[in-house]
Amino acid sequence: MDWFLILEWVIKAVILLLFLTAGFAYVTLFERKVLARIQVRIGPNRAGPQGVLQPIADAVKLIFKEELSPKDADKVIFMLAPVITVIPALVITAAVPWGRSINLFGREIALGITDLNVAALYILAVTSISVYGITLAGWASNNKYAMMGGLRASAQMISYELGLGLAFVPPILLAGSMSLVDHVETQAAMGIIRWWLYQPLGPIIFLIACIAEVNRAPFDMPEAEQELASGYHVEYSGMKFALFFMAEYIKMICVSMIGATVFFGGYLGPFVDQFPILGPVYLFIKVVGILFWMVWVRATSPRIRYDRLMAFGWKIMLPAALFNLTFTAVLVLLTGA
Amino acid sequence: MINFSLQEANPMLAPEYIPLAILFILATALGFLVVIIGNLFGPRRPSIRKAMPYESGMRPIGVGTRRTPVRFYLTAMLFILFDVEVIFFLPWAVVFRELGLSGLIEMGLFLLILLIGFIYAWKKGALEWE
Repeated sequence: MDWFLILEWVIKAVILLLFLTAGFAYVTLFERKVLARIQVRIGPNRAGPQGVLQPIADAVKLIFKEELSPKDADKVIFMLAPVITVIPALVITAAVPWGRSINLFGREIALGITDLNVAALYILAVTSISVYGITLAGWASNNKYAMMGGLRASAQMISYELGLGLAFVPPILLAGSMSLVDHVETQAAMGIIRWWLYQPLGPIIFLIACIAEVNRAPFDMPEAEQELASGYHVEYSGMKFALFFMAEYIKMICVSMIGATVFFGGYLGPFVDQFPILGPVYLFIKVVGILFWMVWVRATSPRIRYDRLMAFGWKIMLPAALFNLTFTAVLVLLTGA
Repeated sequence: MINFSLQEANPMLAPEYIPLAILFILATALGFLVVIIGNLFGPRRPSIRKAMPYESGMRPIGVGTRRTPVRFYLTAMLFILFDVEVIFFLPWAVVFRELGLSGLIEMGLFLLILLIGFIYAWKKGALEWE
């Protein structure tokens, strides 16, 4: 076994985890700033210049908070649920490539944790696991609000997962592979416009399903403040609450990374052929773009009623995704692409 | 395209899963670390009031984990049906070009059966949230 290879893997894993955790901290600030600007406010500006130290202040505050657990809660599951929620969020992007391989210290280093040949399946599987943590949190809290929030969250996530899963099929069909590296390289070969023309509804279905998947506005029924206090994490405080928050924002970054890779060219951009190191930069820019869109949607649209939300998932998203899939298959067969 | 080597048949032997295992271990460690940090630094002043489930200031009536509306079970069952079918699409999509027209026809039949079930569930009102 090559020890340098293992060292390389460990370093890349640490880089990804640091990027996601630091990204989480600054996405919260980014969201508050953008929301504030859209609502003609200034937003956090006290901690550090322009409020850049705000996430650190929040973290310090949460570390020194008391951790409560309700009387008849299932103590073990109550403690494990936030951890179970955050692990899938941290590992879901393992299959996403950051760029083509670069030469560093005389070694060929692939940018990305790993290139799985079942990447799409892996992403769907890990997304499903993240439902468990939320459901268990709601169940273990021994609280009616939490129970209801957890159930709503799991029902909503599994309903939109169908659309999400079916949105992955046309790219697999076009690339002839589940590997996300192959998806990006096929986009490079086909051109991004042709990639979209083959699956006109794909990106839209994926983005809508993603917002529902991370339980964000306008699909944030599990956390509806007016009726459920705050949903599945109502009994959580301190760092355990921070873990749920962390999982939600890291999942935002993750679905943006996956969406950018599958539908918006991933690490592709001008001059990326000559300088492969630009790959991660382009990916980062695209991720920030999608994150901005997510915050924009939250600032603009009101919350959808729960029955309409489920009806939308089953009666519009699922048929649309099936149509999209059939369209791609027929077009590929007709054009012989 | 479809070649099953020993490495692909047994994922534990494939080197692309080792980085995944490393990442998973580190992520688990990070998750527990955050919980431990919270336990170390947080104060601990328990009281009966704090241990009560939060229900907007009302005294809770009955236990928190009550019987759940049957709608959720129905959604879960529908999900299992359709998600298994989604999983069948993935390997089909990988080898679609090799299958050609016959692949499309076969999947069309599969999709037709799926749609009949879907329309039946819709007409029966399984998709209505009451």
